[in-house]
Formats: sequence, structure tokens, C-alpha cells
Amino acid sequence: MSLTERWMLPEGVDELLPPDAWALEKMRREMLDTYSSYGYELVSPPLVEFLESLLTGTGSKLDLQTFKVTDQLSGRTLGIRSDITTQAARIDAHVLKNHDISRLCYVDSVLHTRPEHTMTNRSPMQIGCELFGSDNEAADLEVMSLMLETLTIADVSKVHVDLAHVGIYRGLMTSAELPRELEDRIFSALNRKSIPELDTLAAEHKLPVIDIIREIALLSGSIDALSEVRKSISQYSELASNETLDAVDALMRFAELVGERFPEIELGYDFCELRGYDYHTGVMFSAYTPSFGYALAKGGRYDSIGAEFGESRPATGFSADLKTLVRLQSRISTMNSGAILAPYGTDKALLERIADLRQTQRVVQSLSESDEQTYGCSKKLAQSQDGQWVVVEI
Amino acid sequence: MSDSLIIALSKGRILKETLPLLAEAGVEPLEDLSSSRKLIFDTTVENIKFIIIRATDVPSYVQYGGADIGVTGKDVLMEHGAEGLYEPLDLHIAKCRLMTAGKKGEDTLAGRIRVATKFVNLAKKFYAEQGVQADIIKLYGAMELAPILDLADEIVDIVDTGNTLKANGLEPRKHIHDISTRLVVNRASMKMKHAQIQPIIELLAKAVEKRL
Repeated sequence: MSLTERWMLPEGVDELLPPDAWALEKMRREMLDTYSSYGYELVSPPLVEFLESLLTGTGSKLDLQTFKVTDQLSGRTLGIRSDITTQAARIDAHVLKNHDISRLCYVDSVLHTRPEHTMTNRSPMQIGCELFGSDNEAADLEVMSLMLETLTIADVSKVHVDLAHVGIYRGLMTSAELPRELEDRIFSALNRKSIPELDTLAAEHKLPVIDIIREIALLSGSIDALSEVRKSISQYSELASNETLDAVDALMRFAELVGERFPEIELGYDFCELRGYDYHTGVMFSAYTPSFGYALAKGGRYDSIGAEFGESRPATGFSADLKTLVRLQSRISTMNSGAILAPYGTDKALLERIADLRQTQRVVQSLSESDEQTYGCSKKLAQSQDGQWVVVEI
Repeated sequence: MSDSLIIALSKGRILKETLPLLAEAGVEPLEDLSSSRKLIFDTTVENIKFIIIRATDVPSYVQYGGADIGVTGKDVLMEHGAEGLYEPLDLHIAKCRLMTAGKKGEDTLAGRIRVATKFVNLAKKFYAEQGVQADIIKLYGAMELAPILDLADEIVDIVDTGNTLKANGLEPRKHIHDISTRLVVNRASMKMKHAQIQPIIELLAKAVEKRL
């Protein structure tokens, strides 16, 4: 390894530098204060856990995303967390053992073996809220308003929220009882909204379920599309199971509630959104903004995770990556602009004045008489004729 | 990504066959694409712009949202993985087949074989599915040379008429996939600019259907 290679960071691993680190920290504080004002308790789960616990109730995707190391003490495999949601679920089920509703929030680094998408890296900082113990829509709505508040704090303008319900596709698949291989092919085609592939599958298999899926795959846009979906599904009585129709109805109801509560938010629908298909169980929502090609924050209902932890608890939550949010913000050019430069000195009046100013402002003091750096300050502390220390422009 | 809609088009043969389809959908470049050195072009629709790039770069641009819509071959999409892209339309142009080929009359060897291709991921996956151990050699062009000069036992390449293979004493062996040009759409764009994108897809679909 050459000398220059030695101090390079591994691919996809970054660090926060000025001014981003402070910008992120300010956002983090403001967000946690907001969660606290909604009554959310803060948890800080460990960086590593036994792998089985970290992966409980999740799919194989999270398994691939998780770094593994061997625990020299127990001989068991430890995972470095790649998602804090399951840790929060474990805390709810096994540590707090609260049978009522519990509201938890968290912010911590996670590590991914591969970047989740092309605009992020392997070391995001996950922030989020989880609400356990309520299957009411009010819970989903509360989590969603927290998600929107989070984006407001991050200064994201023009938020677009996409609503979906995992039960629509899952219900159709359950009633259709297709062989595993065909189901996988449909899943793959639908995930890419590949109409040509769905057409080929429809021609090969002549199954009504593929026709429905093809029909609703491209429906999106307005709330009218929802009733259209309901109509298309009801036409096929053998497929229109309660699970499917309930999911459509639940999504319609939730969409109405969201529209009433947040009239300024632009809403979209995706009836075949397959994100988190492994563990989501109900409504799902993701937030987008026009300057960024991926979801900025996402969430939804995942009632089954608790069951795997020994206690079935309804659950809903959302999370976002703080590093992505801070990167989207317009940068403040110099950190100390607006700060006050104080001269070197041990004079008591000077030190008192500095301490006083520091209650509300940033004051950088020179470290010697010969220190002529301004540290990016735009104002300085100078002694007036009557010996008072006053702030003047540089 | 902003309020305008950016369509990434693949240079070369695909471009020639795509432009008439887009023209039928009402979108035409304002200047001659071939005589300009520009990379971004205005079109007859005010907020739609074209970018002209290599076919292999199209999935990347559309994936991260630099372009909202892209036009590229199914071969490129399969090789790239196209994670997170929507592929709503087959344009049925620039059709060909992805095949394996080897020296004429020579049997496929048992055991480990060497395969030259520019489609590294696709080739790996194909041979794995066949249960064949293959060492993949990445080349950027003139695949046909590899078996002749004994750099590889087989190649994986796009076959149109098969004339290039024949002229070099090779023969096509196994069919891997039918290839044609696809329309791809960025996921976030599809959600946020649905009202703008959906009509373009529908008009293009009509133009395609007319030619079938």
C-alpha cells in the first residue's frame, strides 16, 4: 500500500466536514426536539447485535446489506446494524414490554454493505420514529406528519408524497395461488413496471391476475385512479378477496385523511409499490422532491415484525437519511461569517465581555499578539476611547 | 431534475430509429442532431430537452434522475442491472438477438471454458444458469477475433444478420435473449411528473403499434 493510499477512506464511506457537520447537528437537534414535542422517547440501540436479532422479521435484502463479524467471546455472528427499525422493534417487545402504545425515536449511523442507491453511500445516518401498539389510521397519520415536519426542518420545498398499500398486490397473489417461479417473474416485471414483460407473461399464461396487475401497474396520479383500481379488481370475483379490497379501501381512506390534514402536499399513488414487500403489512408512504431522484424519507405499517419477536404488536414508522438531507441544503459559505473576532489578552474586562457575548453569539479569540488570522469573522471586538469593549465591523 | 423533462437518447442506429417515433409523439429536435457538437438539445416542446449519449450510459443517467426518460437497448439494461428503473415500453426497434457463438464445427468443450464478451454480468449469469463454469474475459469490441486467436472458446455478443460471424468462420450457438430498444423512466420522475410522462408513453405506444 502506497503512502497516499493509506489515508484514503474505503469506497462509499464518508465523513462529515465543516460546514456540513454543524448543519447536520443543528437539523438533528431540531428534529429530535420536534419528536419530543409529540411525546416520543429517544433510544440509542447498540452498533452491533447478534445477527439473528438484527434480522428478525426482515427479508433477505437486509441480510445482504448487513456487515458481519464473529464475536470472539461467544463465537456467534454479530451484525453491524444496517437499519435501526428492527432494533426499535426489539426494544419495544423485549426491553420496554409496554402493553400500551409506545412511541420511540432514534438517530444513529448505520452501515450498508452496498449503497442503497446511486445517490447515497454505505454510511448513512438514519433518523426516524416508530409507533408501536396501535393499528389505528391515526397512528399512520401521526407518523406521516412527523415525516413531513422532518422534511420542513430540512428545508425541503415542494414535497411530493407517494401512497401505496402492500395488501393490494399481496392479496391478489394470495388468491391467485401461482407457482413460486411465476410469482417471482411477475414480481420482477412489476417492480420495473415492465409492461412488455407483463404482456408476454399474460400471453403465455392467460391468467386474469396478470391482466389486473398489468391494468393497475401504470395507474398512478390522482385519487380517481383509486376507484378505477377498485372497479378493475371487483370485475374478477375469484380474485377480489377481502384482503385485496380491504387494502384498496384502507388506502382510499388514508388518502382522504392525508388530503384533509395536509392539503398543501402533492399526493401520488402507486398500487403496485413493492418496496419493503418483505416486512410491510399496510399503507406505505414515501416523500420525494423534484431535485432528487430517490425517496428522501419513507415509512409505513409493519405489523408482523413484533410477532417474530414474540409479541405481535401493530407498528408503523418512518425514517430518513440525515446525510442526504444535509447535502440537499444550500451550503453556508463560511462557517464563521457573522462571528466576532476578539483580540488576545487576559484583561478581566475583555474576558467578561467575551463570556457575555458567547451567551448568544460566536466569539473567536486570537491566541497570541502576533495572531493575525481573522478565522472568517466579519466583526471584531475593539476597545473604544473610554476603554469599553465594543463590537465593530472588520 | 427540475421542471423540464429530459429525455436521454442513445447515439447511433437507435437514435435514427427513435427520432421518427418521437416525432409522431410530437417531440422533435429544433436542430440537426448529427451536425451539432452540442450535448443538450431543445425540442419543439418547450420544456422537453434531449441529451444524446452512449447507449451504455443511458441507464446511469436515468437511474440517478439526471434524465427523466431514456431510450436504450434491452442488452444494455440487462447488463447494467437497471436497478430502480421502470421499463414501461418496448419500442420494437433495433431488434437483434443476444447469443453465444464459437468456431464453426467445433464442439462446446466440457469443463471450464473461456468466454469473451462486453456483457460480463449477463454472460456470468447465463453460464451459471446452464451449469457451465466460465471464465469471462471483458473485451470492448471485435469479439469475433477472440476464438480465432484462441483468446476464448466462446463469445457472447449481439447477432443481427449473422454475417460478421460467418465472415470470420464462427457460428451462433445458444440463444440468450431477444433484444430490442426500450423506453426507461426514472422512478421518482414517474411519480412526480406522471401527468407529463404518461401522455408521452401513450403516444409513443401508438406510434410503435402502427409499425408492427
